[in-house]
Amino acid sequence: MGEISLNINGKVEKHDVGDNTLLVDFIRENAGLTGTHVGCDTSQCGACVVHIDGVSVKACTMLAAQAQGSEITTIEGIGTSDALHPMQEAFKENHGLQCGFCTPGMVMSAIELVSKNKNASEKDIRDGLEGNICRCTGYHNIVKSVKAGAEKMGG
Amino acid sequence: MSEGIGASVQRKEDKKFLTGKGRYTDDINRAGQVYAHFVRSDIAHANIKSINTKVAAEASGVVAVYTGEDIDVGGPICGWVVPNRDGSATHEPPHPLLAKGKVRFVGDAVAVVIAESLQEAKSASELVEVDYDELPAVVNLETASSGAEIHEGMAENRYFDWELGDEEATDNALNSASRVVKLTVRNNRLVPNPMEPRSALAEYDELNDSYTLYTTSQSPHLTRLVLAAFMFQIPESKIRVVAPDVGGGFGAKIYVYVEEAVCTWASKKIKRPIKWTADRTQAFLTDAHGRDHINNIQLALDSNNKITGLRVDTLANLGGYLSAFAVAVPTYLHGTLLSGLYDIPAIYTNVKGYATTTTPVDAYRGAGRPEATYLLERVMDQAAREVGMDQAEFRRLNFIPKDAFPYQTAVALQYDIGDYEPALDKAMEMIDYKNFENRRSEASKRGKYRGIGVSSYIEACGIAPSAVAGALGGRVGGWESASVRVDPTGTITVTTGAHSHGQGHATTFAQIVTERLGVPNSSVELVHGDSDRSPFGMGTYGSRSLAVGGVAISKAIDKIVEKSKKIAAHLMEASADDVEFKDGKFTVAGTDKETAFGDVALAAYVPHNYPLETLEPGLEETAFYDPMNFTYPAGTHIAEVEVDPATGVVEIVDWAACDDFGNLINPMIVEGQVHGGIAQGIGQALLENAHYDENGQLLTASYMDYCMPRADDLPSFKVGYTNTPCTHNDLGVKGCGEAGAIASPPALINAIINALSPLGVTDMSMPATPQKVWKAIQDSQSVAAE
Ligand code: FES
Ligand code: FES
Repeated sequence: MGEISLNINGKVEKHDVGDNTLLVDFIRENAGLTGTHVGCDTSQCGACVVHIDGVSVKACTMLAAQAQGSEITTIEGIGTSDALHPMQEAFKENHGLQCGFCTPGMVMSAIELVSKNKNASEKDIRDGLEGNICRCTGYHNIVKSVKAGAEKMGG
Repeated sequence: MSEGIGASVQRKEDKKFLTGKGRYTDDINRAGQVYAHFVRSDIAHANIKSINTKVAAEASGVVAVYTGEDIDVGGPICGWVVPNRDGSATHEPPHPLLAKGKVRFVGDAVAVVIAESLQEAKSASELVEVDYDELPAVVNLETASSGAEIHEGMAENRYFDWELGDEEATDNALNSASRVVKLTVRNNRLVPNPMEPRSALAEYDELNDSYTLYTTSQSPHLTRLVLAAFMFQIPESKIRVVAPDVGGGFGAKIYVYVEEAVCTWASKKIKRPIKWTADRTQAFLTDAHGRDHINNIQLALDSNNKITGLRVDTLANLGGYLSAFAVAVPTYLHGTLLSGLYDIPAIYTNVKGYATTTTPVDAYRGAGRPEATYLLERVMDQAAREVGMDQAEFRRLNFIPKDAFPYQTAVALQYDIGDYEPALDKAMEMIDYKNFENRRSEASKRGKYRGIGVSSYIEACGIAPSAVAGALGGRVGGWESASVRVDPTGTITVTTGAHSHGQGHATTFAQIVTERLGVPNSSVELVHGDSDRSPFGMGTYGSRSLAVGGVAISKAIDKIVEKSKKIAAHLMEASADDVEFKDGKFTVAGTDKETAFGDVALAAYVPHNYPLETLEPGLEETAFYDPMNFTYPAGTHIAEVEVDPATGVVEIVDWAACDDFGNLINPMIVEGQVHGGIAQGIGQALLENAHYDENGQLLTASYMDYCMPRADDLPSFKVGYTNTPCTHNDLGVKGCGEAGAIASPPALINAIINALSPLGVTDMSMPATPQKVWKAIQDSQSVAAE
């Protein structure tokens, strides 16, 4: 056990946890931010994607300790229900979610994708989201949402 | 913009999901909670000689360890049975909550370790020693009947041997046919894989001697019923089941599984809340799988290429235990659909359901209907090829004509309404069918094989008319309930027994209220997923929520309107018969009197000026709706593919879907359901397969090995509709949740065969992996060279 202090969504979260605590567990169990999900145990689904210093990372693949000193942003940190992030808005307007379980990770991946490639084509988007599994939507409306989100974000 | 029926209203539930505020079972924690981890069999089939839990029980943080011997309540039950051909009943072997004496699949729960932390529970479970006496695994469906006995006294490992239809008439048709088309197909085994793994949090309340179970369920009321009445044998009122937000289900979350039952049972023993959440590997091993049929098909044609008979002999793999609706899937959800949308005078089917030492198999999106559609649409294509007809025209020739409705099939169902040619025509137009051959030759210049595949499907939704279900072996009713409560201020609370796990009920159901009562969407609140807060209901599966649950809401609204008219009549000093209600306003015919819905609501609760002698105050009504018949969505999907002969990779270049779902409440949501269904069907046809080795080890138990459809595997889809409103429900709706998964696999496989047919390829099994496709091309070329 040891104290780990992480900066999540601009807030310092200090907790005593085991050295082998995964970042995703720290976020969910210690910081109580349950918008970041766990959908697999092989780093394949992307339900756990957060941003670390602006880069999307699967939070199930790293230890909480490794994220010390970085700025972590989770889905709770990018917009609120009164002021959605343009990408969140685009998902809502284009029915880019059904059960919502993959959605936080999908939105976080989409934001990074678009910030790197403002004019992403359908193929770029499909390739770029290859690490995020959605079982509900068939991706059609997710792709549409990401395109619309890119425009809203000023692409 | 309208917010009523037919409008693509944005979803009310999205904001919480998009901001990370969804509340799924695993997001909930209770003070003092401990964690359960299950010790699972790593052997497919074995007798348990002994289990030693002593060391585990003393390990750090461990609160309790239990095995099957400790459990004094019953296990999961079977919700549907069928008679055997010889008149005997389906064999229903017991399914203990934790294995007793024997394990029957890899993943079978043998013991549970409960500890202060999940990590401690996991570590301690490694210390549970189980001594097994291994028995031969039974994996192969075709030889299951001669495999080692799985359940004591169950001959040939057969759960049931069922038949439907007229065997003599069908065999006569086959004997006198001018051509008999024969085909054997396999419907590959799938793992449903909702992205949210199953989870349970059980809490016992000593004061009231009652339990609360939070769980990932599509049907919380059924969970409560099964737990209370069948497993624990306590009053239902002693268990509250809450299914909060549910992250997808696709069938896998209909049933009561051993894990939530064990946690609930143990929560009383240790008097602490217990949480369990599956990891993905456990989900692969223990969520009920889907499909896994082998079908032998014989189709009789006359000299005009009209179908005169169909015989289908099916083997169904049901796994190590009989899951709740396992028996219904290959029988009443499959055999009854074998007429498809074709006029077939004689049909006979025999289905044998076998046990194997694999994970139990039950309903997965479509449940029986995809299997029926797959075999039928494959043999339709085979027949068209054999007689040299265009695949679309051969179907058209055999469609049930539109003036033949209501149409009684040879396999028990009566289709109320349909019109199949317009959907076929529209799909053909959407994909530009008539110019396909040009595209084929253009592709061939690029060295690619291009193919087009048609699949016309029908399904039976709105499960289910209780009387029919009961007569056919169902042990539950098929109705749904709804309450509509008008608050004094005119806002409205709707409660339903259906439970959304991604379908957007909060939005769609509100649209029905908006349409009928004229209140804004934002004034309607949906309460669902909590057995204490909504009336008993059947849950969400079988594309039933709108066609049954939505109609129940509409019926409750009828009652609200009827009572409101009486109140309004009193307020306007008119006769109730003269009062009309439209757009949220009551008017009196032939006068300029009017009163708003809100005023009526207020009067109902502040009844100062109110006909109290004849009418109760308040404005809240409940309706239970039991459908008269199933609903019959139908349509045509057409897939266009290009096959790369160098790699065997199949690229889906176009997809057109034209469905008749009756009236649409929210076209945006319907379209989303179609997309998702097609994606799962494409997954089945191209990518997914649950593969066991000969020892019964599931080799595809993670996303490394089980190929889920990803964004870059799929195209965008063209979706269109026709509409013949359902004739026997008030909304004219049919259901849309499963159609995509039903229609798409044969469209895709037919397209691949069509692409390779110039090479003489006539068969392709699912999933059509690059290796399989490549090999088919190679084999055809070596045949050609001989
Ligand atoms: S939970 Fe991190 S990739 Fe699946
Ligand atoms: S919306 Fe359910 S998994 Fe993507």
